[in-house]
Amino acid sequence: MKIIFVLIAVSLLVALGFLAAFIWAVKSGQYEDDYTPSIRMLFDDKPAPSSRSANPKIHSTDK
Amino acid sequence: MTLSPSLSLAVPVEKSEAVCYHCRLPIDDGSGVQAVKFDDKVFCCEGCKTVFEILNANDLCAFYDLDQRPGISLKGRRQAHYAWLDEPDLRDKLLNFSDGKQSRTTFYLPQIHCASCLWLLENLYKLSPGIKSSKVNFLKKEVYITFANETVSLRQVVELLASIGYAPEINLGSLDQAVKKPVAKRLIYQLGLAGFAFGNIMLLSFPEYLGLDASDNWFRQLFGYLNILLATPVVFYSGGDYLKGAWHSLRTWSPGIDIPLALGITVLYARSVFEIITSTGGGYLDSLAGLVFFLLIGKWFQQVTYHRISFDRDYRSYFPVSATRILPGGGEEASSLDSLRAGDTILVRHGELIPADGILTKGNARVDYSFVTGEAEPVDRNLNEKLYAGGRQVAEAIEIVLTKKVSQSYLTQLWNDDTFKKEKLEGTSRLADQVSRWFTLIVLTVAFGTLAYWWPKDVQVAINAFTAVLIIACPCAAALNVPFTLGNAVRILARLGFYIKNTNVIEALHGVKTVVFDKTGTLTSSNGNGIAYLGETLTKTEQAGVSALARQSSHPLSRQLAALESQSGVKLAVENFEEKTGQGIEGRVGEDLLRLGSRSFILPGREENLSEEKKSGVYLEINGKPRGHFIFNHHYRQQVWDVLAWFRQRYKVFLLSGDNEGEQHYLAPKFGANGQGEKCLFFNQSPHDKLAFVKNLQSESQKVLMLGDGLNDAGALRQSDIGIAVSEDTNNFTPACDAILDARYFSKLPAFLAFAKKSIHVVYAGWALAVVYNVVGLSFATQGNLSPVVAAILMPLSSLTIVLFGTGLTTLLAPKMPKTLLPNHKP
Repeated sequence: MKIIFVLIAVSLLVALGFLAAFIWAVKSGQYEDDYTPSIRMLFDDKPAPSSRSANPKIHSTDK
Repeated sequence: MTLSPSLSLAVPVEKSEAVCYHCRLPIDDGSGVQAVKFDDKVFCCEGCKTVFEILNANDLCAFYDLDQRPGISLKGRRQAHYAWLDEPDLRDKLLNFSDGKQSRTTFYLPQIHCASCLWLLENLYKLSPGIKSSKVNFLKKEVYITFANETVSLRQVVELLASIGYAPEINLGSLDQAVKKPVAKRLIYQLGLAGFAFGNIMLLSFPEYLGLDASDNWFRQLFGYLNILLATPVVFYSGGDYLKGAWHSLRTWSPGIDIPLALGITVLYARSVFEIITSTGGGYLDSLAGLVFFLLIGKWFQQVTYHRISFDRDYRSYFPVSATRILPGGGEEASSLDSLRAGDTILVRHGELIPADGILTKGNARVDYSFVTGEAEPVDRNLNEKLYAGGRQVAEAIEIVLTKKVSQSYLTQLWNDDTFKKEKLEGTSRLADQVSRWFTLIVLTVAFGTLAYWWPKDVQVAINAFTAVLIIACPCAAALNVPFTLGNAVRILARLGFYIKNTNVIEALHGVKTVVFDKTGTLTSSNGNGIAYLGETLTKTEQAGVSALARQSSHPLSRQLAALESQSGVKLAVENFEEKTGQGIEGRVGEDLLRLGSRSFILPGREENLSEEKKSGVYLEINGKPRGHFIFNHHYRQQVWDVLAWFRQRYKVFLLSGDNEGEQHYLAPKFGANGQGEKCLFFNQSPHDKLAFVKNLQSESQKVLMLGDGLNDAGALRQSDIGIAVSEDTNNFTPACDAILDARYFSKLPAFLAFAKKSIHVVYAGWALAVVYNVVGLSFATQGNLSPVVAAILMPLSSLTIVLFGTGLTTLLAPKMPKTLLPNHKP
């Protein structure tokens, strides 16, 4: 039955791990915006325009 | 469709309706966003079009010419507009953070409405090398931008946003908000910790529930100590606010619900620790953790948050950040409102706001004060006349010499009133506090009664029973009653278009005896769509001609017709004007001879069986040919008189209008029969008058509910016991208030208020239920045989039933509205 000490220690550690994960998630702001990511994930990651000079007009607006 | 990001999967294409080429949402989604056409294709917004352009250019590896875009000619003006962003003082106030190299800022972009907006805004870095990253919060319509100071300035970032169609909305209030308060995460941490401890303590208490052999005493000891370890942070961190609250209540001698809660928590903890250390029992730590966990859930549920709805805006959210100052030596300069001084000359263009009191020195002022004073009609002011801050210039550009600073102007002085310095309807629930006062008293009586009864017989049982009473009487269920029942009511009302600041507002409804209405914008609709035209379509010139002709007359209907077209700015000359009293007007505008008037004036002798509406319309004839007629709907909201009648049956009603007495005769019978109505109507009320009127009512110890909309009501809304702002667009400016009513649902207000009152009755019923549980629990406790299992079952059970009872009943009682009528929450 001594194994139960090990088991309890392990189970508490796992639970603490989840608590830490929860606190990290809150801290990193994951609960502040729970809607936008659902749209964001729909976009394919397109390769960035190969050269900025491809659209000089837009580029020039912020000069 | 290879050009657009793969959005077509996400949003179904609706046939028969015109859809945006890019984001595939219907173009007319009712939000009023103008469709954009480009290259034979239609787009729902600038963002979609620009994304298309960019992708188009990249995929085809060809240049495209941005200058072809219509509206680019506005660019020069916009750049001048943002010049103030170069001023270090103002710029720094808009930055959330800056370390000299990189800066972070937050902008509110009301234009954000579709997935492409999000895509474009998060790819800003591709458009400007200085932008490091940008992140959008879709529901808040905010974008967080990090940029390198050396490469790009804040002004350039704003101008870039404006050039792609997302001009940020920056007002005077933004300057105060840039340094953001950290989001309140404490409650979430407390909740997480309590939940973690609750689950683990339950597990470790299993042996206790099932009953272990004496030989396993080991485990009992170990589990007990582990439980103490887990429960200690729950009591002092998660439940810390209750302990502090109780301590505060005791010191200020204002009994609240925190006292019995804190008493329950401490006694539970102390007795459990004592039992475990002395090996006399397993303690009640599972109940303790569960109690704190449920209480925190209640607290969390009570906090209803809305996106982009704010209940504490003042004039600063309505005023722009900068004005155009005319330098003494000629030339213009953008300067911040806060830096304007008396004596400065400023330029106010068409559609701009007059930021401070001043004297008109150049141009014709035609100022729309409807939002500030409640006057429905724009007023004309001549040279050297005084102009008050807050009005919007609707004619040509004018110049004003300021006589006051912005914060010292007639209107803005309202915010210096003491009314705005008090906290209102914050803090704990008054209802719960009142009940808990009695509750605490009874519990303490029973507890000490039990102690006195058992003490002579058995001291051990006496102490056991005494603590058991305090544990079982801990008003967990009662404390959850208000948050869940009223929290659910607030949520239901928000879904129906009535946004309430917090649950205390619902409680404050109780005892309201007097209701004060504002007229313009509250009873009436601020959309100028009170006029409908029926007949042959008019050309632009003809329309301008009608308004030009109507402008010549002072008849009330002519004034309304004239206002129709005043925005266009074109002023046509009218010749040979003639007014035939009681019949109509005529005159020559350009080539055309226009006649406007009653039916008999335009179509004499053709009086048939016509509806009242048609008879009262204004008929139009151009060059001898009858063209059609205008119908004047009273621009009062739909069913406004039914709503008023409902209020009259239950409350004393008053009308405070900033407008003149013009509609007194029309309104009086609506507010009271037999001439009583006249006494309830007050016209020409300044913002200060309104505030004083509400104060006066309250000094006669009447609780006042105020319905208003504009800046002129701000003082009265704040002063009244409940201030409800009626708003056409809840994203737009609303003055500080306790609740915001979506104007489309004005006719539902009686149903909303009736429901709010019913939910208070549900709270009462919930307390009755809690009392039943307490009596059952106390019958165990006073006998001194409260086993941990009974406590562990009874406490969650009572809490759960109260929660289900409160939320279930409020959901059942909710006002019924067809789904199609619900506010469109589509982001």
